[in-house]
Amino acid sequence: MSALLQVRGLSHHYGQRVGCQDVSFDLHPGELLCIVGESGSGKSTLLKTVAAQLTASSGSVRYHQRDDSWLDLNELDEAGRRRLAREEWGFVTQNPRDGLRLNVSAGANVAERLMAKGMRNYGQLRAIAKGWLERVEIDPARVDDAPTSFSGGMQQRLQIARTLVTQPRLVFMDEPTAGLDVSVQARILDLLRRLVNELGLAAVMVTHDLAVARLLAARTMVMQGGRVVETGLTDQILDDPQHPYTQLLVSSVLTT
Amino acid sequence: MTASTTTNHALPMLELRGLGKSFELHHQDDTHLDVLSDIDLTLHAGECVVLSGPSGAGKSSLLRVVYGNYRTSRGTVRVRHDGDWLDLTEATPHQVLDVRRRTLGYVSQFLRVIPRVPALDVVAGPLVEAGAHVEEARDRSSALLRRLNVPERLWRLPPGTFSGGEQQRVNIARGLIVARPLLLLDEPTASLDGGNRDVVAELLQEASAAGTAVLGIFHDDDMRHRVATRLFPMRQLSIA
Repeated sequence: MSALLQVRGLSHHYGQRVGCQDVSFDLHPGELLCIVGESGSGKSTLLKTVAAQLTASSGSVRYHQRDDSWLDLNELDEAGRRRLAREEWGFVTQNPRDGLRLNVSAGANVAERLMAKGMRNYGQLRAIAKGWLERVEIDPARVDDAPTSFSGGMQQRLQIARTLVTQPRLVFMDEPTAGLDVSVQARILDLLRRLVNELGLAAVMVTHDLAVARLLAARTMVMQGGRVVETGLTDQILDDPQHPYTQLLVSSVLTT
Repeated sequence: MTASTTTNHALPMLELRGLGKSFELHHQDDTHLDVLSDIDLTLHAGECVVLSGPSGAGKSSLLRVVYGNYRTSRGTVRVRHDGDWLDLTEATPHQVLDVRRRTLGYVSQFLRVIPRVPALDVVAGPLVEAGAHVEEARDRSSALLRRLNVPERLWRLPPGTFSGGEQQRVNIARGLIVARPLLLLDEPTASLDGGNRDVVAELLQEASAAGTAVLGIFHDDDMRHRVATRLFPMRQLSIA
């Protein structure tokens, strides 16, 4: 099977400081890859650099388009990058308030990306928005409510609906369940697992939670100090960690 | 059943050569643990080889190395996949995942529960991943759960609250739902009663008759006698 995304030697530096350094990986269609590591290890920087939200200091990201041609993100102008982010990709932020528009209704949040793609029929937009609210387990009767009246878990589910409504081929997620209650977390993880399978999405997810990686991702990359120190099958990394840092990470997990 | 290697004209499915496994524990005084050394084993289609030996002999570790759950330290693990030999110690993660999806199954002692997913779908999951339609996979899942005497009222519930025996039967159903040509079993019947053990033995005999090659661990003598075509003795490595 051919890759959907090819990352080679990717680095992002904040001035002299290393954000992420020399990262390479392939992502296949329908695959969910987790990036794990502690705070400050460069996970989010890597995610944002791959998603072209940050400019790469060196290295390349190539995206396999629907017409079978490869797109080199370095060669893309700002408008091209925006088009890709809007039409082909999705990005779910850790804090749903960063990914939602708080001053418009839940329904308008879900419909926005569809409108950006040219859909104008109000009735149709509203019907799709209600369908997606239901899909992420939000009562469709709340379609006209502002997201500010939602709980944190509901806001995160709304952000997921808003991101997936255009059926992107590739989704980036930055700690989508951090900061939520455990019960809410389980609900969102189950939802993500189901939607990723149903829609055949490829996804890159940053998490500091190894249990999340075990549940969702077949493959995992471990980062420390901006570099990938270990990469492989998730169960292999968690059950037979090789690198000293991964061994420390795995042995530090509390088991219930 | 014979304890020694027999000539076998069936197709070899798995070949272990000079297989070894050690652990380097960096945060425990750099402890070096040898758990497997110089394992040579060929497994043919339709064979059921049972690993025997005391606790600590590395039986479960061997299954985990073959499944790719543990990395190999020395030697090769060759699997017949799509008609060709593939050395799993050199395969990419994507290749290993493909082998697991279609060729190599693994049933552990314990079910890994997925929150909120009902038993019926926990079992159906691997078949859906292998490309079957959800409805077809659920039908097959129902048939297996029924055969394994999991009460129908439980099928719609996540198995987190099931008894140990019920979870184990869900786990077996999940492991057997895709008819893979190679099956690894780590004491799948440990917490089952006699009646349910009989069902598992029948299922395994049917799989063997259909050509599935099985490598397993069974502590129960009766189970071992019923399913094993050959024993593979293992012993604990002396601590250096």
